[in-house]
Amino acid sequence: MEEFSVGTFLAVFEEMFGPWLFWAMVAVAALITVAYLYVLIRDHGMGMRRFLLAQLSMPIGAVAAVAFVMWITNSRMADIGGPIDWIVLLGVAVLGAGGFSILVYVAQSLIRGKREEDLI
Amino acid sequence: MTPYLDPSLAAASRRGFLGIAAGGLAYAAAPGHAQAEVSTNARIAILGAGAGGIAIANRLVERLDGARITLVDGKTEHWYQPGLTLIAAGLRPGDYARSQNASWLPRGVDWVQEYATEIDPEAQVVRTTGGQRLEYDYLIVSTGLVLDWDAVEGFDLDRVGPETGTGAHYAGPDAAVKTWAAMDAFTDRGGHALFSRPATEMKCAGAPIKYCFLTDDYLRRKGTRDGSHITYAAHSGILFGVPVINEKVVLIMRRQEVEVCHHHVLQSVDMDRKRATFRTQDGTTDIDYDFFNVIPPQRAPQVVRDSGLSWEERWTDQGWIEVDMHTLRHARYPNVFGIGDINGVPKGKTAASVKFHLPVVEDHLVAQIQGREGTLSYNGYTSCPLITRVGRAMLIEFDYQDNLVPSFPGIVAPLEELWISWLMKEVALKATYNAMLRGRA
Repeated sequence: MEEFSVGTFLAVFEEMFGPWLFWAMVAVAALITVAYLYVLIRDHGMGMRRFLLAQLSMPIGAVAAVAFVMWITNSRMADIGGPIDWIVLLGVAVLGAGGFSILVYVAQSLIRGKREEDLI
Repeated sequence: MTPYLDPSLAAASRRGFLGIAAGGLAYAAAPGHAQAEVSTNARIAILGAGAGGIAIANRLVERLDGARITLVDGKTEHWYQPGLTLIAAGLRPGDYARSQNASWLPRGVDWVQEYATEIDPEAQVVRTTGGQRLEYDYLIVSTGLVLDWDAVEGFDLDRVGPETGTGAHYAGPDAAVKTWAAMDAFTDRGGHALFSRPATEMKCAGAPIKYCFLTDDYLRRKGTRDGSHITYAAHSGILFGVPVINEKVVLIMRRQEVEVCHHHVLQSVDMDRKRATFRTQDGTTDIDYDFFNVIPPQRAPQVVRDSGLSWEERWTDQGWIEVDMHTLRHARYPNVFGIGDINGVPKGKTAASVKFHLPVVEDHLVAQIQGREGTLSYNGYTSCPLITRVGRAMLIEFDYQDNLVPSFPGIVAPLEELWISWLMKEVALKATYNAMLRGRA
């Protein structure tokens, strides 16, 4: 009778954040992704200096994501109790690092504009 | 495989209920309303607008075309009861558990904002406090249970708080806030903390244990544990009904230096002298306390006990209704079903149980309307994120046969104290509960 459904998965996230905030976050994430694709297409490649700064910003995103999750869940690092906890924590950090680096890259590209000497 | 376990239902649904916080480790379960609508003019009465009543109303509205669905409950406020422990631990405000029933109900349901005063399953009639006479073809009993505070002599719910060192976090959001005030003040200075549970069936049998562990945690965080003592007075010879979980809880109690005494049933409490009196195998014994979280005996509402729906030979002092443990259909009245705490089944008065009662009752009710047999079977699944401190819990899930039935075997160990299990309790469960209310999970 019951089957896996993306619809219900979305319904739970709507309940978790409220429909407006949830879809606003989805929209922001989609917007940044589109902007990222836009600058890649516009520049016909990646700007290595911008990419370097984006990479350097990754630890900030990782730490911020972990700190945010710890804060909203009344948790501490000492609560990490088993392998699955480390995997989830690592996943949060990776998501934070990846998301923030893309944001930093996109922000540089949009603010500075196209720079041929930086591209490969 | 056990004869009770329907793998497709159980595994999929557990992941749906518990898997959301696991960061995409699992998917959610599809609601029943994906199925075709059934045309009917059946009159369906639902007693009680708690988790079971609201959720089944939402599911039936989607599933049945033309049915006249009437929900009977005079209470307008809805309580997310799994949140009461978090409120009583100072982790959420009182409003966290509150919402309005009206906001969850679908169009097409007639909500009679009165309480039932009489249920006559022979005549198929429900009478209400406002004098209404409601005839039904099918009845769903989802009244929940009542907390029998009067059974604890000397206890006064209005006096819960720091002045008396007494808590009562089962009583609702306001009482949970006062319980936190009492526990917070107690853990600031330390002393003797006392915990117990009633000898009756009760909702979320893990909650008394969780609250004991949370108090222990606060004492340690505040540096007052060394001069303090914690006593857990169990009503029987065990701490938890599932043997393997009981063993684990015993070990944690020992590790946390909680003194456990068995066969202690709370009889009375002197809130001025801070003294609890327990009935034991040898008579009675008094235990003085500085903080005591009181949990009273729990029973079916009187209107249900007077209706003839209760078991006649079991739980005679409690009045749970006589339903088949797998179909949740009443044993003597086949047009009556039960959802949630009111059911006289061997295990599980929890929101997770409600989640698993819903598709089974929907299936058998709709099948009966269509003149066929339902196929789904409830295997007794229930779950309890057993908090062992702020930030850690054990995600224990089990069935009628005391099997552990983990949603994520090999990934989230049921008897390990894990952060991810805490995340599920703190972040994901309310969202999933709300989705369940809307009939979407």
